[in-house]
Amino acid sequence: MKNININVDHVTRVEGHGNIVVNVKEGKIEECKWEVVEAPRFFEAFVRGRSYLELAHITSRICGICSIGHTLCSLQATEAALGVKISEQTRLLRRILIQGENLQSHVLHAYFLAAPDFVGAPSVFPLVKTHPEVVVRALRMKKLANDLCDVFGGRTVHPITPTVNGFTKLPGIKEIKAIRQRLAEAVPDLEATLELFKTLKIPDFKRETEYISLKSKEEYALYDGVIASTDAGTTPVENYRSWTNEYLVPHSTAKYTKHVRDTYMVGALARFNNNHDQLSPQAKKAAEELGLQAPCYNPFMITVAQVVEAVHAVFEIIRLIDEVLDKGLKEEDRRILLKGGKGVGAVDVPRGILFHDYTYDKNGICLEANCIIPTNQNHANIQKDMEALLPQILDRPQEKIRLSLEMLVRAYDPCISCSTHLLQVKFV
Amino acid sequence: MKPKIAFFDFASCEGCQLQVVNLEAEMLDVVGAVDIVQFREAMTEKSDDYAIAFVEGSITREKDIPRLKKIREQAAILVALGACATIGGVNCLKNFQPLDEVRKYVYGDKADWYETFPARPIDAVVPVDYYIHGCPIHKDELLKVVKSLLLGKKPEIPTYPICVECKRAGNVCVFELGSTCLGPVTRAGCGAWCPTHRDNCAGCRGLVPDPNTNAEKEVLKKYGLTVDQAVGQFRIFLGYAEVAK
Repeated sequence: MKNININVDHVTRVEGHGNIVVNVKEGKIEECKWEVVEAPRFFEAFVRGRSYLELAHITSRICGICSIGHTLCSLQATEAALGVKISEQTRLLRRILIQGENLQSHVLHAYFLAAPDFVGAPSVFPLVKTHPEVVVRALRMKKLANDLCDVFGGRTVHPITPTVNGFTKLPGIKEIKAIRQRLAEAVPDLEATLELFKTLKIPDFKRETEYISLKSKEEYALYDGVIASTDAGTTPVENYRSWTNEYLVPHSTAKYTKHVRDTYMVGALARFNNNHDQLSPQAKKAAEELGLQAPCYNPFMITVAQVVEAVHAVFEIIRLIDEVLDKGLKEEDRRILLKGGKGVGAVDVPRGILFHDYTYDKNGICLEANCIIPTNQNHANIQKDMEALLPQILDRPQEKIRLSLEMLVRAYDPCISCSTHLLQVKFV
Repeated sequence: MKPKIAFFDFASCEGCQLQVVNLEAEMLDVVGAVDIVQFREAMTEKSDDYAIAFVEGSITREKDIPRLKKIREQAAILVALGACATIGGVNCLKNFQPLDEVRKYVYGDKADWYETFPARPIDAVVPVDYYIHGCPIHKDELLKVVKSLLLGKKPEIPTYPICVECKRAGNVCVFELGSTCLGPVTRAGCGAWCPTHRDNCAGCRGLVPDPNTNAEKEVLKKYGLTVDQAVGQFRIFLGYAEVAK
């Protein structure tokens, strides 16, 4: 019987630090563990004492990749706590921003972090020589999404203009029209992306779990809505604590969560399973072409669901921009009446549903804060997937096992800085 | 021979490394001119033979120190990448609260599992050769520094305040918009990124060298503020400097 020792110290091509540890003695699995080893940063503690105007800027720094999502979720929580009702214009611009971040993040993950595994490359860099047209296309799509976020948020990494009850500066109509033109011209790039991802052989593995995301009557929800589960229906976002149930495990600096079952999944596949009916016709067609059908229980299909969402993002942003151009933009009065209170924000960011929860005193100084991060909600599910996958692939050579487990973790697109903030494989 | 470059990170959001990837078209030129041998966020292949190390993040626990010292020993040139590494950044906000209480607030009765000490910039632990400031770093400045290093030159980083760039951009002063701004005391180089978007400068690039002579004190004076008072209002990025003073 065989012995396997895998010890991936810091899984690569993910955001943050996590390890995979596998120990098999004489064909018997003794250890199979997903460890999060990122340095804890203590955001929830150190935002206490800061002003309501600073909270979004500070919590944006939880994560460089989903800084727009953190900013918007933070603003929602602050506005809910202070009783601020934002205008339709502000909500419209924020919905464009979150779609822009989803596009940017999904292109980065699908092309740069996940795809190299399927062509046997250790990173995207060797592909610059072997597949230059693919790399250039991916960079062009990413740049489009980044430029869009620059126009609507002032900056892609840690946006500047979104603030409590509006924007410090509105995007220019000329710049918006230029971005709309480029989005329309990006359709051939989306088609080429679909052709590429159709050729990738997605590992055949299934483990059914609970899928949790936002849900909205109005649209494929990212910016707002209620919490939805494949097992338990829906609940208002204020009930997030009883649906996430955070707990700690000794081998991880990130917190874990559970709801109806031992584990649940958040992110693009969870959203797809809950809300696929509301995708744009182009995204529905993309899902069909890529063989993605709801309900899908294969975590390796998360990357495919991201590609589908990227298609959706382009057409959805065009639709939302047309709404902006139709209505026009006007400077709004952002002043608010300061009072204390407690409020919850929830945004479905690229890696899944995110919650911020703040309490303020009457001067707008933060007294309490709690943030529940998408990757935290996925850690336990990753662990259970690894435990289910490993016995199915034990007959393979150690290197192949290691690669499969890494690909599994990478499929979740974990954002480890966020979740403690996770990834490395250890075969010990 | 192409210089061998490696990227490392400590406690941070990895947004500054993302800015490297966000160079997009220019990234391909950089990739052509250098040999990237380690970049965990973007690649699996790795080597410990490098000449230039870019380090993102703050030092926040005992076990970070030997890791950083090892990088310093290997690298001929060590570049601090972004505010967490250059000035301590947001991580230092926790230094103003009792750390036992901070750990308990986040991790409850399991607080002892999570090691932490007061956050600090990397030059509090090892000598740093060059700084790329900001939260996040600005792509133009990153390219400028990389080009200088490739040419064997010392990168020129501004020593004058943001106000200079802000006036050049023709912005309405943020003080005129009714807000307080650290532009008068903060090192330029980002093109007054935030004030250009009508938001105040929060000092993410660190203070100008010797703020009492280099600051735009007349701007502060007009609005009834001293250097210390202005800095005191903003602790988001400058917490480490405030305590070290």
